[in-house]
Amino acid sequence: MIEARELTKRYGDKTVVDHLSFSVKPGEVTGFLGPNGAGKSTTMRMIIGLDSPTGGSVTVNGRSYAKHAAPLHEIGSLLEAKSVHPGRTAFNHLMALAHTHGIARRRVDEVIELAGLTSVAGKRVGAFSLGMGQRLGIASALLADPAIVMLDEPVNGLDPEGVLWVRNLLRGLADEGRAVMLSSHLMSETALIADHLVIIGRGRLLADTTVDDFTREAGGGGVKVATTEATKLRSLLAGPDVTIVSSSAEELLVSGRDAREIGAIAARHGVPLYELTAQSVSLEEAFMALTQDSVEYQSAPADTVRKAA
Amino acid sequence: MTADTLSDALSAPPARTTVHKVTGRRVLRSEWAKFWSLRSSWITLGVALVLLVAFGAIASATYSPDAVGTDGPPGPGSGGTSDAVSLALTGVTFASLAVGVLGVLLAAGEYSTGMIRSTLAAVPRRLPVLWAKSAVIGPVALVLTGVAALAAFQLGTLGLDGEKIALSIGDDGVLRSLAGAGVYLGLVAVFGVALGMLLRSSAGAIAALVGILLILPGLASLLPDSLYDSINPYFPGNAGSAVYALHQSSDALSPGAGLAVFAGWVALTLAGAAYRLVRSDA
Repeated sequence: MIEARELTKRYGDKTVVDHLSFSVKPGEVTGFLGPNGAGKSTTMRMIIGLDSPTGGSVTVNGRSYAKHAAPLHEIGSLLEAKSVHPGRTAFNHLMALAHTHGIARRRVDEVIELAGLTSVAGKRVGAFSLGMGQRLGIASALLADPAIVMLDEPVNGLDPEGVLWVRNLLRGLADEGRAVMLSSHLMSETALIADHLVIIGRGRLLADTTVDDFTREAGGGGVKVATTEATKLRSLLAGPDVTIVSSSAEELLVSGRDAREIGAIAARHGVPLYELTAQSVSLEEAFMALTQDSVEYQSAPADTVRKAA
Repeated sequence: MTADTLSDALSAPPARTTVHKVTGRRVLRSEWAKFWSLRSSWITLGVALVLLVAFGAIASATYSPDAVGTDGPPGPGSGGTSDAVSLALTGVTFASLAVGVLGVLLAAGEYSTGMIRSTLAAVPRRLPVLWAKSAVIGPVALVLTGVAALAAFQLGTLGLDGEKIALSIGDDGVLRSLAGAGVYLGLVAVFGVALGMLLRSSAGAIAALVGILLILPGLASLLPDSLYDSINPYFPGNAGSAVYALHQSSDALSPGAGLAVFAGWVALTLAGAAYRLVRSDA
């Protein structure tokens, strides 16, 4: 369990994280989303004590990270993939971390195998591809069998097979009762893995919701209907909560009734349909609309510059 | 049945790997492993030892009594005259740069590569990392350079065979000087760690190391003579060379005082490094 309360970080007069409160619960995958520069990485650095907060607090399983006797056992993290000395082999890197917590060599071999690095464990990390670096980072996050796993953009640089691997791995970890937190700037990718969403922009909390709710809210795109009898269908579908707009003589965009209903009504009245499609707003668009608002809301000058450019 | 299995699975703690508390000894073990698992450690350490032995052996082998006072090593330790020990320890200045760089790389290298994030995530109390790095590199450098100094001296006695300055290992002060060289170089390595942790940049810390050990005494000679004479022996490099001088020269500290002063400088730098490590964001 990670709990952030009014967490704030300022660098000079620039506020990177602004009174942020959220929690990451066990048994769930929490997606931590925001555009680049929203303060995701800084927040994660504060969680494991690399940066100290200017205000507010964040606890890991009830205590600040540094107060734990075996911190890697509480939370395993991948921040930037290159948090490794390139001159050391993958095995030696993991072994050096394992020594601090008295973790046996057997476990090091285990996470190397889990991450699919067995064949390159003896190679120096400097020669690793981005994807292999990510796998090594994930292996070190899992090293001490932590109750919480926190990964910053874990799928960056992974091939499709690797992305699938991460997705299944994180799902499995959450199902085992661990708390999983992963950051991303890609909504569609995160929606596939996460249960819960914490969305931030400019360091502020924009939404603390579930993927299901977010999808439902984003899904109100209406149904596109194409028919030769547009006028007739229009009057048949009319109702108190229904709005219908038409983009051409034979096309209607209906909201307030789902595709099934519309099809049934048309069939009952013998109206021929040659297209019936639910129009979903993509999660990515909904996410962008959400974060875009916050950017516009908070920084008119920046927006003016963009318009002028 | 299914429900039981499920609740068992949920109530069972997810962790089954044996994990122990982070202790000073475990951090030391980790830093020990880190040190020896880098090729640069072996190379830099090897260079230090080769410089120490080779310079000493060559200086002794090419010694000729006619050239006394010109080919002796620099610094107050030589006192203008050569002895078998100062010839054997000609390489200390060069070796000190190598072991200093070794210390710098061990510390600042973590910052330049990003390794420090992994290190401090594992040891969030931070200070044990600084102590452990010092405790690994200090004794390693001390023992190995001490042995190399002894080797340089023994090789040197072959070259000095028959010369009147020749000394044997059993002579008064010889062993103390050679051991002093090891102690000095061990402290220089710790000094490098402290500078690396303090400045967080390899280039910056190496520049500071060279500046403090070699250039500072030269710059100080621009000061008025009376002031220069009184503070000169206390500079880190000069206090350090007093530690391994066979004969205390008139303008230098005694070996014991030199050791105390140099160790003081190292302790001061370590304190600065500790302060920055704890107080500022990694």
